[in-house]
Amino acid sequence: MADTKMIATRQSYGEALVELGAEHDDFVVLDADLAAATQTGKFKAAYPDRFFDVGIAEGNLMGVSAGIATTGRVAFASTFAMFAAGRAFEQVRNSIGYPHLNVKIGATHAGISVGEDGATHQCNEDIALMRTIPGMTVVVPSDDVEARAVVRAAYELDGPVYMRFGRLAGPVFHDPASYEFELGKGIVEREGTDVTIVACGLMVAASLEAAEALAERGVSAEVVNIHTIKPLDEKTVIASARKTGRVVTVEEHSVIGGLGSAVCDALSASCPTPVRKVGVRDVFGESGPALDLLAKYGLDARGIQAEVEEFLH
Amino acid sequence: MGNDELKTIAREVRKGILTGTHAAKSGHPGGSLSATEIFTYLYFEEMDVDPADPRKASRDRFVLSKGHCAPGLYATLAQRGFFPTGDLETLRHIGSHLQGHPNMNDTPGVDMTTGSLGQGVSAAVGMALAAKHWGDSYRTYCLLGDGEIEEGQVWEAAMFAGNHQLDNLCLIVDNNGLQIDGTIEEVNSAQPIADKFRAFNFHVVEVSDGNDFDQLRAAFAEARQTKGSPSCVVAHTVKGKGVSFMENQVGWHGKAPNDEQYAQAMAELEEA
Repeated sequence: MADTKMIATRQSYGEALVELGAEHDDFVVLDADLAAATQTGKFKAAYPDRFFDVGIAEGNLMGVSAGIATTGRVAFASTFAMFAAGRAFEQVRNSIGYPHLNVKIGATHAGISVGEDGATHQCNEDIALMRTIPGMTVVVPSDDVEARAVVRAAYELDGPVYMRFGRLAGPVFHDPASYEFELGKGIVEREGTDVTIVACGLMVAASLEAAEALAERGVSAEVVNIHTIKPLDEKTVIASARKTGRVVTVEEHSVIGGLGSAVCDALSASCPTPVRKVGVRDVFGESGPALDLLAKYGLDARGIQAEVEEFLH
Repeated sequence: MGNDELKTIAREVRKGILTGTHAAKSGHPGGSLSATEIFTYLYFEEMDVDPADPRKASRDRFVLSKGHCAPGLYATLAQRGFFPTGDLETLRHIGSHLQGHPNMNDTPGVDMTTGSLGQGVSAAVGMALAAKHWGDSYRTYCLLGDGEIEEGQVWEAAMFAGNHQLDNLCLIVDNNGLQIDGTIEEVNSAQPIADKFRAFNFHVVEVSDGNDFDQLRAAFAEARQTKGSPSCVVAHTVKGKGVSFMENQVGWHGKAPNDEQYAQAMAELEEA
């Protein structure tokens, strides 16, 4: 992918907010002292009077955002995934989820690709936490093009949304000219017949790379991009599972409660299919360069390929 | 509205609190009764609200951060005409719009979903911030318990409100001195409450008798006139106020009266 642009979805988030800000003045952006890292600093620079920093106080971040949303406007609330979904879980559940308010949570630095900061900041549990909240939409965009579309869709949706963005720059593999995004609608990125790889976030590009390598070894892998974990596009998942008879889920998240679990929930109910869940295997992360960590935890193209081959044989 | 009229309404609110918790066989009468004059004054004198249009954009907002005192809020909203007083007998029943803790999407007149302590005040701050940002003229009121302010989030919210000079925000601390495990001094005292809010850049109004309408009238007038900082009314009240056997008894924090106690309490209120 020598010519491929590399962009972190957190950067896409910051830039999309600026674009959205030019079109609408009925939303504000809030952060908890991480504006430079979450990239909401871009919005702050463009619209200083529409940006509020609550300081290092994530519970209050969610509550203030909820209060703003009661007035019929929209609040984007940003911090790291660890603090948005983890520390402020109960505020998100009770002050945002239960009253179904228009707070759009922009959670960055999700997963182990946070890198050197280590386990305290590598949130591998946020998808699981957020998808248990009734009425919460959970989205994990796979590249820059998709992330920008997610921000716009979140703004337009009536209800709370959890958007999961990454710190690490990833390949931009969607073509903005032809890409079409619809919340809750999965995308078959590559067709295949032997196995279905269902992925989200950074793992979509890695899965496409793995599928390419698998093809050279005679395995035809279908790659389904499930950017919206909730509501899950069961139809697309089931259709692909019916076709291939084998499903591998791949996510930069714990194998407990995330994309893999959501896919298993759907398949076990209406299309029982053997599933291999690839993700962080119920362990904490550790410090190290992001790419090295992804490789160590089997969350790169080589790791995914190995899992698929082992599963099929 | 004169004090006599307000007192009459407050008596009906108290009866509604007892009727609701008695019918539910659970709920929180103690802190609802201590705050009855505060509820009554806000909804019948201080705030601009319209029972015919509960979500009117220009209305003043009220957030019951101590959400367990929902029986007091519901009884007041019913008296104010947001829904029939008969609904109070459905409190905490399956299918009722009167949940154990307030939910803005269930009950007409409830401006924010609360119940998990410390969270309502952040939402109130968000409402006040939104008014400043979009140029709305409404004011936001938020009632906190003196036990509730042990929650750290209260001080996150207070710090932000003080720093943003939200003079359209008025917090009220119902300082009845009791929480579930005992007196606030025994458990983990937040005293000095007034000094703490002053340190967070609030204009503090101390009310020695928060069950007295004259004192509440003066306090809310002072808060309304305060510019450049949010206000906090620290109201010393009596938990269980108005029912002899409930007054200052920690056991009545979260317990409903049985049939006999209900009859006695209602009789006392009739005679008052």
